[in-house]
Formats: sequence, C-alpha cells, structure tokens
Amino acid sequence: MTDPNVIIWLHNLNALTGGLFLLVLFGLVSVRQVGGCVRLFIALSLLLAASAFLLSAIYHTWHLSVVGVVDIATKVIAIPLLLRRVLPDEVYTRREVAQVLNIPTALLTALLLAIVAYLLSKPLMAVGDGIAIGVNLPIGLSGLLIGGLTAAVRREAVPLFLGLLAMENSAFFAGIGVAPEMPLIAEVSIAFDVLILVFVVGVLTRAVHEHIGTTEVGTLTALKEEPER
Amino acid sequence: MSLLAIPLLPLAAVLFSLVPLGKRVAPAVTLIAAAGALALAVTNSLRVVAEQHVVVVAGWVELDGLSAILLLLNTFVSAMAALFSWGYIAAHQREERRIRSYYAHFNLFTFSMALVPVLFQPAFVWIAIEFTAVFSVLLVAFENTHAALEAAWKYIALMFTGAAIALLGFFILFWAQQKVGAGHYSWSGLVMVAPQMSPVLVIAAFVFILVGFGVKVGFVPMHTWLPDAHSQAPAPVCALLSGVKTTNALYVILRLAQLLPIGRVNLWMQVIGLVSVGVASFLLLQVRDYKRLFAFSTVEHMGIIFIAAGLGARGGSYGAMLQMVSHSLTKSFCFFAAGAALLVLGTREIASVRGLIRTSPTAGAALLFGALAIGGAPPFAVFLSEFSIFRAGLERGDYVVTALLAIFITVAFFGILLHVNRMVFGQPPEKPSTHAALPFTCVLTLILAAIPILVFGVYQPAKLHELVALAAANISQAPSP
Repeated sequence: MTDPNVIIWLHNLNALTGGLFLLVLFGLVSVRQVGGCVRLFIALSLLLAASAFLLSAIYHTWHLSVVGVVDIATKVIAIPLLLRRVLPDEVYTRREVAQVLNIPTALLTALLLAIVAYLLSKPLMAVGDGIAIGVNLPIGLSGLLIGGLTAAVRREAVPLFLGLLAMENSAFFAGIGVAPEMPLIAEVSIAFDVLILVFVVGVLTRAVHEHIGTTEVGTLTALKEEPER
Repeated sequence: MSLLAIPLLPLAAVLFSLVPLGKRVAPAVTLIAAAGALALAVTNSLRVVAEQHVVVVAGWVELDGLSAILLLLNTFVSAMAALFSWGYIAAHQREERRIRSYYAHFNLFTFSMALVPVLFQPAFVWIAIEFTAVFSVLLVAFENTHAALEAAWKYIALMFTGAAIALLGFFILFWAQQKVGAGHYSWSGLVMVAPQMSPVLVIAAFVFILVGFGVKVGFVPMHTWLPDAHSQAPAPVCALLSGVKTTNALYVILRLAQLLPIGRVNLWMQVIGLVSVGVASFLLLQVRDYKRLFAFSTVEHMGIIFIAAGLGARGGSYGAMLQMVSHSLTKSFCFFAAGAALLVLGTREIASVRGLIRTSPTAGAALLFGALAIGGAPPFAVFLSEFSIFRAGLERGDYVVTALLAIFITVAFFGILLHVNRMVFGQPPEKPSTHAALPFTCVLTLILAAIPILVFGVYQPAKLHELVALAAANISQAPSP
C-alpha cells in the first residue's frame, strides 16, 4: 500500500491543479487576443491531464492515466494543430474589441458562477466519500458554467468555440473525479468525437469566413422573427 | 446479429458516396442502404414484439420496445428522406462533388441515428447523440448562403453546449450506479438498480441531462436554434432533423425519467412540456416562412410528448409513444411537402405565395394534407394520438393540464391552417410561373410517406399496438408487471 503521506501529497497537488484550472478559466473569459485564448485552452487541457494522472495514482486505476495521455494527444496537440490548419492565419492575430459584456463585468459574473457551482455541488459532495470529489466536482461544475459564459460573451468564432470546448473539458474534470471507473473505451471515444467536432467547426468557420467575410459569428443576426424592413 | 448491420449499412454507403462514380451512384447506394436498414429494423422489431427484449451484446447492444420504436422511425424517415433527396438534390445541385459530399454527410447522419436506439450503454448513447449533431451541421450549412451558415453556426454552438452539460450528467449517473455496485452501466442495468441509487445523484444527473439534451429537443426557452436550423437545411434534412433527430434526444430524457420516483418529476415534465407547447403555438401565428412554421410545430409536439410522458401511468405513456410515432411520420411528410413547394415556388416566404393548388396541384395538395395532419385534424394519425393523451389526462383527473393542452393545440391548429390556407388557395399572383415539374422521386416520397399517416389514423395494426404498449411499459415509472 502506498504511504499515506504520499496520498495526502497527491491530494494537495490535485487541489493545486484544480485551483490553476479555475484560474485559467477566468483567463479564458477575459483574454482578448485570439492566439492567447488558444494558449489558455492548451493550458487548461494540460491541467486536466495532470489531474487525470494524479487521480490515477490516488485511485490506483491505470486507465485514468490513459485518459490523460489521450487528452494530451487530442486537446493539447491535435486540436490546436487542426484549428491552425483549417483556419486562415488572419483569424489568430485578431483582437476582440467589442465583447457583449465588458471584461470586469464578465469576470465578476464568472466569480458569481463559481460560487453558485460550489453551492450546487455541495449536496452531491455530501453523498461522495472521496477528497478528490470535493475538488474536481465543484471546479468542474464552475468550469461548465464559466465556459458557457465565455461562449455567451464572445463574438469571435474561435474564442467562442474554445469556451464550448472548455465546458467539455470541465465536464471531464468533474467526471474523472466522480467516475474514475468509467469504461476506458467510452472516454477515448468521447475524445475522438470531440476531434471530429473540432474539424467540422473548423470547416464551418472557414465557410463563414469565405462567404460572409468575417469570423465574428456573434454579429450574425439575419435570422429573426421580426420583419426585415 | 442483424441488429448490428442496421448502422453498418449507411456507414458502407458513406464509402460509396466518397468514390467518384458519377451523379447517380451515391443517391442509389444511399437509397439501397436506407431501404435495407428499414427492412432489418422491421424484422428486428417483430422479434421484439415476440420476445420483448433482443440482446446482441449484453449491456452494450440491445433492443427493447422503446428503442425498437425509435429505430423504426429513424430508419423509415431515413429511407423516405433518401428517396426524396434523389430528385431534390439533383434539382438543386449540378456539381458532382457537391452531390457526393451531400450523400456522404447524409449517410453519416443516418448512421448516427441508427446507433442511438441500438446502443444500451449510456455513455455511448451520448456519443451517438453527439454524432447526430456533428454530422448534420454541414448538411444544415449545405446551401452555403448567409442564412444557412448562420443557422449552422448557432446550431452547432448550442448542440455542443447541451452535449457538455449532459456529459456531466452521464458521469454523475455512472457514479450513482457505481455506488450501488451492481449491474451493468446500461439502460436495463440502471432500471434494475434504480431503487437503490442515491436519489440526490439520480436527480442531479437527470437535471443535467434534461437541460443538456433539452437544448437538443428544443424545449422552450432553449429552442431558439431550432427554427433556424430546420428552416435553412435542405428539405430532406429538415425532415430528418425535425422528424426524428429531436425525438432521439427526447428518447434519452424519457429513458432517464423512468429511473426517478413518481411524483414531483411528473409535475416538472408537465410544466416544461406546457411551456413549450404554449410558447410554440403562439409563435406559430407570426411566422413568415413556411418551413419555420413546421419547425415551430416541432417544438410544440416535443412539448406534447413530454406532457403525455409526465402524465405517467400506462395511459399517458401509451399516448406519449403513439404521439412520438405519429409526429415523426407526419412531420417528416410536412417537410417533404414544404420541399416540394420550395422546388415549385423558389421562395420560402408565406406572404408571396397564393393559389399553390393551381400552380402545382401535387405540392399544394401535399402541403394542405400535411398541415391538416400535423394540426391534428381527424382522420389522421396525430388526431388519434392526441386524443389518447386527452383521454389519459382526463382519466387521471389532471383537468388543468388537459384543458391548457387542448387550448394550445387548438391555437396551433389555427395558426398552421391560417398560413397554409393563404398559400394553397386564392388566386396565383400573376401568370403561374413555369417552374420545374416535381421530380418523380419527390412525388413518390409524398405518396409513400402519406400512407402510414392515413392508415394509422383509422386502423392500428395489432403488432404496432403491441410494440407501442411495450414501449409505454419501458417509460412508465411504475415497475412493469
């Protein structure tokens, strides 16, 4: 059996990972540069992988480390490469000037959402018996809400989509905490599915860029019920 | 084993669609694969009627009453859409590369929809549902217009938001099942351990999945993407999206509702359903685009099914299943009719269309038939299923819900008829435009798709009744005897 001190140390490291995960999410809400958003998303995925490795040591399940490796392969390497390939370079150098909410308000909202997420996950944590659940569940849930907020306040296609991917990352962050025994094939297939999704969204964004001449998808509002006069 | 072949047939057709063999091969292969899948779905469903439950790989690939119904609907609408696509896409697109790309995506889409009912492992059902969204995005964007691209972007953004929220729900559900420590993580395994699972966790999982997949079903207020996507996609894709894709997400929610104890959840289901039906029925009055008209009607019907399931007990569940069947059949027909009208008219705007029945008797008659059928006029299938829902509501003494439902359905009926009446009758604006005659396969689809709507309105085959009853037992929360 592993030394209890080592286990405590691993738990502390996992809590640190969780804290950084939350911090990166706040960054994702507020960074204006599209390229910066991509780098933050990579950091987020690396932290998810780190937590998967730590939990794999804590729960003694090898397959969480496979989840971590798959996560690095898809989200740290493949997805940023794929986006680079499919999208014109010009998209990356953009700065998003007009967000729907200004940055301080967005950050404040994100903070509120994190608190709401903590309160929401409290009754669930009472059922669970692991320390890791107490870290991964509330932070994953906050990420789900903050990722949604990011997608809602962004107008530029890539940051908006990265907000959505952050939601999925967060669902995973909570998931590896609460369900470490999830069949490996399911988790790997989900990663594969996300990869296809990124490809499709990349193709779609390129089509929007070609036909409409912008990637500010938040400003597309032709389809409304009001008469177009 | 023939169950596994059902999703594999369209997958094989994808490969054929990718090979440059001319304009005719891809549609022909697609049609053959879809028809084959439908035939296999029928034989497997008959097996379910006889044996109640077909197991291919325990815990992974199974078929019960509920999933057999969904499989039948998915494959039937896919086959009809494949037939309609043949003429419709040929009339719209001349470029071979674009035609093949359409069929490749079409087959991937029908492949993913054939997967949803046969997979029994919830995490894989999440993936299959996610595939249905991912593979249909580029079909929504197929016309490459400003509006189509905007609709596609909104569509995928909301689909993925919903999927991420639901994903956490599936993790929590797995957690709940692991804590009991017995059975498979599969639909049937979960039902077996449902009484022992921690109620907090099951409710949390249900809420996440209800919100996440509720986006995909199009419950108000998460419906905003639906009229956009369902009006901008090519007509056969709309028929698949509105007719069956929304139903697939609803299927998952209904599967989960049965894990919860009867009580407050039924009230939630009725309230969510009523809000959708109410809002959609009034939004129907103000549309300007006839494809959006039918899209809003989908929001309305999803609400009706959810209310019926929320009424609980056998009567409500039976009504919900019957409504699911009649809605899928009728709504896909409506979009075929709308596609035929679009081919003839070249416009989607209601205001600029008059006297369609003179311009094109086939398209006009089909549109009127579809409008009456989806509105719930007798003697069509929707009338029968809505009637059985009212009866279940009155029997259970839920008078308020039933009365509100009746009012909203009446409003929706008048809303649909108001618009379609203006289009079908009256004087054509000027000299009738000399637009193309309808392609043969489109007319054939309209005839074939109309048959079940008419037949099931007056007569219910015994096997279908048994299958619907089995499915109703699968979604009713009381332990089935």
